[in-house]
Amino acid sequence: MAESNNKDMIVLEGISKSFPGVQALDDVAFTLKRGEIHCLMGGNGAGKSTLIKIITGVERQDTGTVLFDGQEVSIKSPQQAQMIGISPVYQEVNLCTNLSVAENILIGREPRKFGAIAWKAMNNRASQQLQRLNINIDVTEPLGVYSTAIQQMVAIARALEVAETKVLILDEPTSSLDVHETEKLFEVMRKLRDEGIAIIFITHFLDQVYEVSDRMTILRNGKLVGTYDTESLPMIDLVAKMIGRSLSDFSNMTQIKRASKKNIKEDTLLQAEQLGRSKSIQPFDLELHAGEVVGLAGLLGSGRTEIANLLFGVDKPDNGTLRFKGEAIKKFSPNESIARGIGFCPEDRKAEGLVGELTVRENIILAIQANQGWFKFLSKQKQYELAERYIKLLDIKTSTADQMVKNLSGGNQQKVILARWLAINPQVLILDEPTRGVDIGAKTEIQRLVLELAEEGKSCVFISSELEEVLRTSHRIVVLRDREKINEFGSGEADEQKIMEAIAAGDS
Amino acid sequence: MKNNDALFKRMRESQLFWPLVALALILLLDLIFAPGFFKIGILDGHLYGNLIDVVNNAAPLMLVAIGMTLVIATGGVDLSVGAVIAISAALGAVLINPALGNVLIENKILAANTTNTPLPIVVLVNIVAGTLCGLWNGMLVSRGRISPMVATLILMVAGRGIAQLITNGQIMTVYYQPYWWFGNGFILGLPVSIYIVAIIFIMAWLLVRKTAIGMFIESVGINSKATYYSGISEKNIKLFVYTFCGFCSAWAGLILGSYIHGVDANNIGLLYELDAILAVVIGGTLMSGGRFSLLASVIGALLIWTFTITMYTFGVPANALLAGRAVLVLIVIILYSDYTRRVINKLSDQKGIKHGVSN
Repeated sequence: MAESNNKDMIVLEGISKSFPGVQALDDVAFTLKRGEIHCLMGGNGAGKSTLIKIITGVERQDTGTVLFDGQEVSIKSPQQAQMIGISPVYQEVNLCTNLSVAENILIGREPRKFGAIAWKAMNNRASQQLQRLNINIDVTEPLGVYSTAIQQMVAIARALEVAETKVLILDEPTSSLDVHETEKLFEVMRKLRDEGIAIIFITHFLDQVYEVSDRMTILRNGKLVGTYDTESLPMIDLVAKMIGRSLSDFSNMTQIKRASKKNIKEDTLLQAEQLGRSKSIQPFDLELHAGEVVGLAGLLGSGRTEIANLLFGVDKPDNGTLRFKGEAIKKFSPNESIARGIGFCPEDRKAEGLVGELTVRENIILAIQANQGWFKFLSKQKQYELAERYIKLLDIKTSTADQMVKNLSGGNQQKVILARWLAINPQVLILDEPTRGVDIGAKTEIQRLVLELAEEGKSCVFISSELEEVLRTSHRIVVLRDREKINEFGSGEADEQKIMEAIAAGDS
Repeated sequence: MKNNDALFKRMRESQLFWPLVALALILLLDLIFAPGFFKIGILDGHLYGNLIDVVNNAAPLMLVAIGMTLVIATGGVDLSVGAVIAISAALGAVLINPALGNVLIENKILAANTTNTPLPIVVLVNIVAGTLCGLWNGMLVSRGRISPMVATLILMVAGRGIAQLITNGQIMTVYYQPYWWFGNGFILGLPVSIYIVAIIFIMAWLLVRKTAIGMFIESVGINSKATYYSGISEKNIKLFVYTFCGFCSAWAGLILGSYIHGVDANNIGLLYELDAILAVVIGGTLMSGGRFSLLASVIGALLIWTFTITMYTFGVPANALLAGRAVLVLIVIILYSDYTRRVINKLSDQKGIKHGVSN
């Protein structure tokens, strides 16, 4: 553990901030001590990002004070924040992969000699900075040749280089790292902490919170729940505090599943026979019965999304046939699929799902209107009816149905896309990573929704990187590896171990 | 008081607010320095005056701006509108030309008040030709997947050449008087062109606001991939907007050709693409696509012509006009920048807070 310096680095008091229609932060207090790793916890829309934005000068608080190193400050811009020693490292790394590592670290502050860049000094300084993080790489190579993990480290090195960093903010740095790389990052974090730097760490992974943090502050719906020592707060309490309701809600899940198993009917809704597309997915067979949830398990890039794209008609197959209720499909397009009653929540919510500057209402009615055609425009009244119904049903947190969807938090945006597909009353719903970046509360609701749909006799294809989630929701699990279907487990016979082995098994 | 502030805020957030403010400013300038600008008299049973000139002159631009708004809302741009104006006007003039096909061309025949083709057919061909040009652009963009700027650049360059071919390289003058009516005639004292604008505007408004097309256009402009995934044919939406833009440009071509009694393929509708884009930008529709307002664009077109006629009234020579317009563009860009908006929002918010306290 860190030597407790106990000096307060940042003290926020009575911070409130509202955006059009949303109270993002409401009278929040937050204290960050020197030499600690402090986790900021909360579901989507809890106010974590807004709090960070205020600390880093991206946004200004409506009310409240910010004390930095004992003095009241008013941080007006990210540049000013960096100057006084607050350096953020964001989830999406903002680096140039075609520039060298050294250039990336020292961009804008290159050491100069007679006006020209002193390359040698620059490379030395970059190397030193990286060695501080226990990284030994050739800093003259372009950044792109290194792994995401190294790039992450370079981003941290750059943050440390900007000024004498006193506060380091790491926003979801581990989301694209594997276990080993994460461990390495934690080592670096501990080292920096021991040097006296205060670190704010944001992550969705609860076990990482317990592995690395000293204290945590929990936010919920823009309000402060409390600040706790990590050691003294069991994980189960943390979860309960984050979602603000008891855990018994989660245990109902298994019951729902058991009930819906009986519901699976003989008739096949979707049937793929040797369906495939070259360079995308090897030919596979797949049957989807009414009332059934089929899970696709596999690593990122194993062919899960490719299967979804084929089933929904985004991509055209060049092999095999796809039947819907026994009839072979000839025309492949999202439009045709929707007409048949197939819905699809794509993996990349921002790029493929949301229409950010349209309202919640318009986003919800988009697919049903597409099915109606250009000219049979749903009346405003009908539009509001539909929107209000799904806002209520899915508990979408928005000020009004006319709020722009980009102003919603990630989890609520996902629910809006789900609402879009529920509105067409689908027979088959294909969900590609519907719970990614969504907090536990919303995650559970989405899982339950899937099971309820199955109970109503609809069927789902459920794709997720989280094995446990696939196991919990699916009746049958298809395992994929390297763009090929390698196994299929019926209900009851699959467990985490077996699937992991199937995914991990080498070619034989 | 609080209600007033809320109303003001709503107004400020409306897409119509800034174009109207700008228009009011220019008119205020006229009121102070050239009060004669507002004089409207009656001559030969119809209204005349600077304001009528503004409306009549702005009519073709308003039409093009309506089409351009939809194109820009999908995230595209149509650079060929000026060329389409030339093509459709050239076709109209050639069909009227009484010497069509005659080997013997005499001034007496050319200058006669007759037509070789019935007027309704002239108008029909005029409009269909422009619409087909739009369809061509739409095919290139939606089916050919060529970027809009490049795709419409083709017709922008080729179009004037085609118009030259149609007129055989001649500057054509039309003496057939019924054809003059579209650009110079009056109904109930008001220019005919303004009725055409009104009809097309209402048509376009009904088409985009009373059907789902408007929402689909905005959706394509904001996120075309997500729109496709939602089952909307983003290709057909794009095809539609370019075709419609061609249709609007064709009407502009008809009015312009009629107004100047003929066609000079090299000059008719010159730089209309830039003015139309400017009108749309003044109207507050983003060049990157998304939310649009047809009315705001029409006001934008009106603004450009009010400015132009005002400059004439002040005695600014025609060749210095472009410099004047550059100033207009500069002011618009500064007014619309994020920075200015923030400053203005902040100022009025502070005012709002003060009101709240004093209450």
